[in-house]
Amino acid sequence: MSPGLRDLYNRINELNEEFLVSKWRSGLQKEANRQQDALMAMLFLEALGVPNPTSYYALSLYPEFVESFHQWHRRMGMETFPEAGFCC
Amino acid sequence: MPAVFVVIVVLAAYFLAYRFYSRYLAQKVYMLDKSFETPAHEFEDGVDYVPTNKHVLFGHHFTSVAGAAPIVGPAIAVFWGWLPALLWVTLGTIFAAGVHDMGSLVVSVRNKGQNIGTLTSNVINPRARTLFLIIIFFLLTLVNAVFAVVMAILFEANPGAVIPATLIIPIAIIIGQFAYRGRGPILIPAIIAVAVLYASIPIGQAFPIQVDGLANALGTDTRVVWIVIIFAYTWFASRLPVWLLLQPRDYINSFQLFIALAVIFLGIAVGFDRIVAPAVNTDIPAGSPSVFPFLFITIACGAISGFHSLVASGTSSKQLENEEDARYVGYMGAVGEGSLALGSLLACTAGIGAFAAWSESYADFGTASDGAVGNFTQGVGSFASNLGIPEAMGVIFAAVVVITFAGTTMDTGIRLQRYIIQEIGEIVNVRPLTRNITLTTTVGVLIPMGLALYPGGGGEPGSFAFGSLWRLFGTTNQLTAGLALTVVAVWVFTRNRNPLAQIVPLTFLLAMTTYALFLQLGQFFNEGEWLLLVVDAIIFILAVWLIIEAIAAFNRARGVRGRAGRGASPE
Repeated sequence: MSPGLRDLYNRINELNEEFLVSKWRSGLQKEANRQQDALMAMLFLEALGVPNPTSYYALSLYPEFVESFHQWHRRMGMETFPEAGFCC
Repeated sequence: MPAVFVVIVVLAAYFLAYRFYSRYLAQKVYMLDKSFETPAHEFEDGVDYVPTNKHVLFGHHFTSVAGAAPIVGPAIAVFWGWLPALLWVTLGTIFAAGVHDMGSLVVSVRNKGQNIGTLTSNVINPRARTLFLIIIFFLLTLVNAVFAVVMAILFEANPGAVIPATLIIPIAIIIGQFAYRGRGPILIPAIIAVAVLYASIPIGQAFPIQVDGLANALGTDTRVVWIVIIFAYTWFASRLPVWLLLQPRDYINSFQLFIALAVIFLGIAVGFDRIVAPAVNTDIPAGSPSVFPFLFITIACGAISGFHSLVASGTSSKQLENEEDARYVGYMGAVGEGSLALGSLLACTAGIGAFAAWSESYADFGTASDGAVGNFTQGVGSFASNLGIPEAMGVIFAAVVVITFAGTTMDTGIRLQRYIIQEIGEIVNVRPLTRNITLTTTVGVLIPMGLALYPGGGGEPGSFAFGSLWRLFGTTNQLTAGLALTVVAVWVFTRNRNPLAQIVPLTFLLAMTTYALFLQLGQFFNEGEWLLLVVDAIIFILAVWLIIEAIAAFNRARGVRGRAGRGASPE
């Protein structure tokens, strides 16, 4: 395929990908957030004082979610995390 | 007259309207400003607010507004002859739908991308938001009821369409998985998926699926069985995550929309089919609905539809990269839907065969309503045969297109209905309705299913009531458009610009809709159709309420305009 045709093909693909998600971007993000919220609740409920039997088994996942923890507790309506030194 | 002449004249009218009238609207009425920072830039968050290429946004907007409704409405309305329907589709698109769609988009963009419900509250008054919610509740209820009947009619008449229409579900799921597992560009797999879908049509023809046995065993009509199956499917489909089925199927439908338009217009151009229907039908049986005002509620989508304002203000306005793109996205979206309506109209007047076949299919309004989608599929089959595709395959292709459009609309409709029921639950303080998603889905399914199964007076379940339900659906669609046009007109008026472009279609629309609702009150009372009478009476009250709110909003706006003085702008 000539470079010109390849560029055209790539551009069409780009526009098509944008078309695929543009209508549903918001709905998809909301669903992703809901799934993320359920997972975060499972991981961090104990940090909020709620006993959670799965916490021990999920400990190894903590480092993966430390960064998104702040966004999660804000999404849940808690501007700052009450436990000093834990988050913000 | 050869149908291709009509196509040329109408498309030329659309071209001139876009070139000149939409430019007038853009420059003098909506005063689009290239330098205005659109919500997509101001609130860019990568989710709701994303600046989007105008061609992509047009594709998104057009495929969202064009579905089964602009096909069914004109297919029924040619009962009065092709000329009244053609005039309403053409002039409605140019002077009503274009103004409405572009206006909804602009007003939303100028108000931080707020949706039409919130705009109704802000521009008219908070009470009007309740009116908006009730109208939308009836709109969604009726759209789900009529589309279920449309699908049932097509499954009944085209058992060969059952396999392809069902196969789209696994195909869409596979395409969705391909897209979200990042296996590379989606375009080629999507084209293959559409090809597989159409390749299954001969399989569907070879193995037609009918439910007569089940219907006989249950002692009911096949249409009842299909309607129940369709609603059961919709209940489950609307509970699935958006990415699993709804989104990829909607994406495949976009391809189908463009393919269907190509088949219709190429078929007309190649075959040079003549319009066999009369320009004005003078052989209308006594007691039929009259062209005035019923034409204007029979064709809503395809001439003007309030549903477009929900799309324009719901998602399109949040993705508009440049305010000047509103002209292309909004006005051209309306023109695109008008073209689909034109295709449907010609399929039912030129593709249907000889005059005798047409007059049999449109013998009375009940027959016309019940047979409308069948006439459309027949017409498309005939156009497809002009292109060398076997007519029987063309008929099933058209049936699959309408069924998948209607199925996607129902899936979306039930999801939206859930939100409306939850919001109404909050207003009336019924907690289970605000929290229990299973309950809200069940309520959202049972109400339209009850209407779809309503037997009417024709004997055959669903058959008689369909024409009446379709007209009621049209009235709610027109009231939504009326509400959006009121918002846009008040917005334009308070900015000391000429609001005639909005006021003329608004007045016409409200007058025709209210008059039609009033006439139907008498008709339903005389026929003893008590359920339809109650629904019609409620919608009639909503129409009167809307007229009162519109007049009050203009009176208030006159005060604002007077205080501001001529030439001053609130912005």
